[in-house]
Amino acid sequence: MSRKIQVFAVALVLGGAAFTAPALAQNEQFIPNLVYRTGAYAPNGIPFANGVADYYNLVNERDGGINGVKIVFEECDTGYATDRGVECYERLKGKGPTGAAYVIPLSTGITYALTEKAPVDKIPIISMGYGRADSRDGSVYQWNFPMVGTYWTAADIILQHIAKKEGGFDKLKGKKVALVYHDSPYGKEPITLLQKRASMHSFELMLLPVTHPGVEQKATWLQIRQNRPDYVLLWGWGVMNSTAIKEAVAVAYPREKMYGVWWSGAEPDVRPAEDGAKGYNAATLQHSAGQFKLHEDLKKFVYDKGKGVAKWDETGEVLYIRGVINAMLGVEGIRTAQEKYGKKPMTGEQVRWGLENLNLTAARIKQLGFEGVLQPIKLSCSDHEGARTGRIQTWDGKNWKITSDWYTGDDSVIGPLVKETAAKYAAEKKITPVTCPAS
Amino acid sequence: MLGPIIETFIGGLLTGILYSLVALGFVLIFKASGVFNFAQGAMVLFAALSLARLSEVMPLYIALPLTIAIMVALAYAIEFLVLRPLINQEGIILFMATLGVANFLDGFGQTVWGSDIYKIDLGMPKNPIFIFESVFPGGLLIDPSELIAAVICAVLVVVLAIFFQVTRVGRALRAVADDHQAAQSVGIPLNQIWLMVWAVAGIVALVAGMMWGAKLGVQFSLALVALKALPVLILGGFTSIPGAIIGGLIIGAGEKLAEVILGPVLIRAFDLAGGGIENWFAYVLALMFLLVRPQGLFGEKIIERV
Amino acid sequence: MFYREAGQFKTTYNADQAIFPISQDRWFVTAVVLFAFLGVPLLAGQYLFTEVLIPVLILAIAAIGLNILTGYCGQLSLGTGGFMAVGAYAAYNLALRLPELNIIVVFLLAGVMAMLVGLLFGLPSLRIKGFYLAVATLASQFFLEWAFARVKWFTNYAPSGSVAVGKIEFFGFPIETPMQKYLFVLTLVVVFALVAKNLVRSRIGRMWMATRDMDIAAEIIGIRPLTAKLSAFAISSFYIGVAGALWGFLRLGAWEPLAFDINRSFQVLFMIIIGGLGSILGSFLGAAFIVLTPIFLNQLPSWLGIPLSTAAISHIEFMVFGALIVFFLIIEPHGLARLWAIGKEKLRLWPFPY
Repeated sequence: MSRKIQVFAVALVLGGAAFTAPALAQNEQFIPNLVYRTGAYAPNGIPFANGVADYYNLVNERDGGINGVKIVFEECDTGYATDRGVECYERLKGKGPTGAAYVIPLSTGITYALTEKAPVDKIPIISMGYGRADSRDGSVYQWNFPMVGTYWTAADIILQHIAKKEGGFDKLKGKKVALVYHDSPYGKEPITLLQKRASMHSFELMLLPVTHPGVEQKATWLQIRQNRPDYVLLWGWGVMNSTAIKEAVAVAYPREKMYGVWWSGAEPDVRPAEDGAKGYNAATLQHSAGQFKLHEDLKKFVYDKGKGVAKWDETGEVLYIRGVINAMLGVEGIRTAQEKYGKKPMTGEQVRWGLENLNLTAARIKQLGFEGVLQPIKLSCSDHEGARTGRIQTWDGKNWKITSDWYTGDDSVIGPLVKETAAKYAAEKKITPVTCPAS
Repeated sequence: MLGPIIETFIGGLLTGILYSLVALGFVLIFKASGVFNFAQGAMVLFAALSLARLSEVMPLYIALPLTIAIMVALAYAIEFLVLRPLINQEGIILFMATLGVANFLDGFGQTVWGSDIYKIDLGMPKNPIFIFESVFPGGLLIDPSELIAAVICAVLVVVLAIFFQVTRVGRALRAVADDHQAAQSVGIPLNQIWLMVWAVAGIVALVAGMMWGAKLGVQFSLALVALKALPVLILGGFTSIPGAIIGGLIIGAGEKLAEVILGPVLIRAFDLAGGGIENWFAYVLALMFLLVRPQGLFGEKIIERV
Repeated sequence: MFYREAGQFKTTYNADQAIFPISQDRWFVTAVVLFAFLGVPLLAGQYLFTEVLIPVLILAIAAIGLNILTGYCGQLSLGTGGFMAVGAYAAYNLALRLPELNIIVVFLLAGVMAMLVGLLFGLPSLRIKGFYLAVATLASQFFLEWAFARVKWFTNYAPSGSVAVGKIEFFGFPIETPMQKYLFVLTLVVVFALVAKNLVRSRIGRMWMATRDMDIAAEIIGIRPLTAKLSAFAISSFYIGVAGALWGFLRLGAWEPLAFDINRSFQVLFMIIIGGLGSILGSFLGAAFIVLTPIFLNQLPSWLGIPLSTAAISHIEFMVFGALIVFFLIIEPHGLARLWAIGKEKLRLWPFPY
């Protein structure tokens, strides 16, 4: 019996020792990194996390940090679960001399939860290509930065592409478009815009939710087979994407008529389906797959020194590059903030200013080694998205190939929706929007 | 309209067989040891992961026996480390222990084998075939890989049935299922029987993992198919092997038909944001059955005395 | 030596019926509660509040609720997440549509809402039992989860299906900082635990336990299974519903149905089994164990300075957590509460062996 008590006592002591944290040196910028390297969404989470980590290492190795301020980052595994994500955020937000510079939630659900916390903690959220679509309205969502593209932009780009193929938006009349989506805030996000477009151009929208984690889609695709929609939009993540493509093969739905969002257009999504994925399309978050100029530096400063997190062959993959871009935008936000506040570690509040005044011109993008990967991005108080462009890529069985020109999200459609939804949110939460200077 | 219904029905039946395979693992263990083994899903994942990763470095015909050996070893470890110390505990405690085992296996599997999507290539055809194209517009779609899975499953059930009916071990097993104490008193070694059952359940998990894995790719999410097997269990009864099979078929066909036919009706009637009723329909269906027959479709009648 | 009841005489029936008949227990519990109210707010940091104390306390309410149903009345339920969701969404809608309602009324009404739903889904328990019932309660889990994702009215037509709550006030006092939230939850927990403790000692509690121990025998001695089982479902769901509302309002702030998925049900079930079935104290111990262990395991390598990859840490967390559950079940199948009781027995004699 006494052994039981001893065991119990040891457990208590261990538990008591739990809440201490090591201190960090002064001239360091701390950045938390919420990732998922485990669980149902790991195949997609791992490359993204690797890209982010490698870029921070690159900045440290090549430039000695951001203007001499070393980046210190720490990963915390959320497993794509909202409560774990919030726990990670709370754990890491106060670390470093100035606290977290910004947070990358990598999950729309976590972004929603952190949207409530960010204004209190004064930590900006960079949700590049995900998060609340209406959070690009910086007057209401001061701390959210859905940079480079929101889901409404993505949906609009895909519809524009479809309309172009059909010969104009008026040709969409009477057509049927199905949305197969991950049954979470992420998947539901585009519905508002699609419904608006559907009523504008009188095409029929079919909504087909898929339950997390998305391995059970038989009924969904049987419905698609029966209703024969003209196009299928895929808003999936993780194993749901590859399953969707496999089920499409199983019901002989043409992959050429399937369009994924940019989170459904990476290598782990199509590879498991092998030949079946050929012809499948997805929007790009601006960038394409493949190595580019920056990879010379990555090779020289990170991988040749044996500090790379990924395998070298994987550094040209879609999600890895997206991680790199995401880290770069954050670092440039800090750099912009440093121009105003001095070359020292920035607080979250200062980084917020930096992100809001971020202006990446074509020349600067080239200088950073991202030429051909990104379009110029310029954020402002009223526009936290910065750029609304994207292309369509097609999987040819081996690689992703860009198959369209640049599209720009139509702001005459998206803009009013953003205003309306953001205003509703502000009213519900009793937020007084800040007045932005007319741009 | 008839075409799609038949098609959905067939598709549902074929999916249902895969549910039955997972449910079968539950039934085997519950029947023999009274343990509601929630780790069955984790075992499916673990078996499939082992096979997928092993077959990357060696041919399938070596990888398969090796995986079976791993599953037997796993059964032994569970029997020795978890069940034996917990002998004579209440059902809920054992249930809880298997939840612990499930947690452990999820972590262990991913540590050893990784958490990416892996492939099991059984060389099954992927493209659908169409039959009766003259009768129905567009024909009836059948997924050949599921058809093959169904055949394999049927073979497995026959083998199991023979094993339980004819062999010595099978008889001993049925004796244990009937009454632990009586079985022990006539000299049946309880521990060996349990080991046996867990090993067989492990192999059933492997077959289920192979079928699901070949279809969907082997990934962490595979562990969650266990939840799909639960309504099958209550429908068919926890202790009945034919129950697991028939229950699987009913649940599979029922939920797919509900989703495809009832779903759109419900959406229109209540202005819902999308369907997805198959998630709960299986449970409600099973619940209805239960209200009529509390011991499940083929469960043994419970006689209670004070 | 220190923990002896020698010399403490019970001279009245009331004294005999006290919750803590031994004065050391009384002092200890009073000290713990006082420390929780006065000491902890001075000592704890924000992380401790938001990620440890508040979740533990809220889930302890849910665990008490489930313990009433499973531990005291013997009805195994896996629908906890669903009932928590009912509480959370009911509270959201009440706060949204009747903004003049006091927040405490909102939470209690949310509990009542969950209670009604619980009654409905408790009906099958009259016919089926054991693991069959457990799986049948999964029907409520999946149905409720689905309903909150699909029926637009519940989420006030939010396009993403995610709802967020505004600022919370309690009689004019804002409940915003982690400490305020903590004190608010703590007050509720103390009240709820006290009520539960008294419930299970009362007639209704004995009715539940009789049903748990042998329902047919209970029926024969005149306990109506309908009343016993359904009252357990109702009260249990009430507790769970309030916990759900608190979880949504004070812990998450914004949530989607996934926050109350099947894993939440299992989490609460873990708590009562690890903590101890049929023990209010066990609900607290279990909640603390289940919330703290993963966080602790996750951070342990970095405290010890062991460089491990993020993935390895998560995997080890899974494995050790699973192994710990099995380990604790083996050393004491009746949970941490029983360990506590054994420890107290030992303390009576310690340090003298006789």
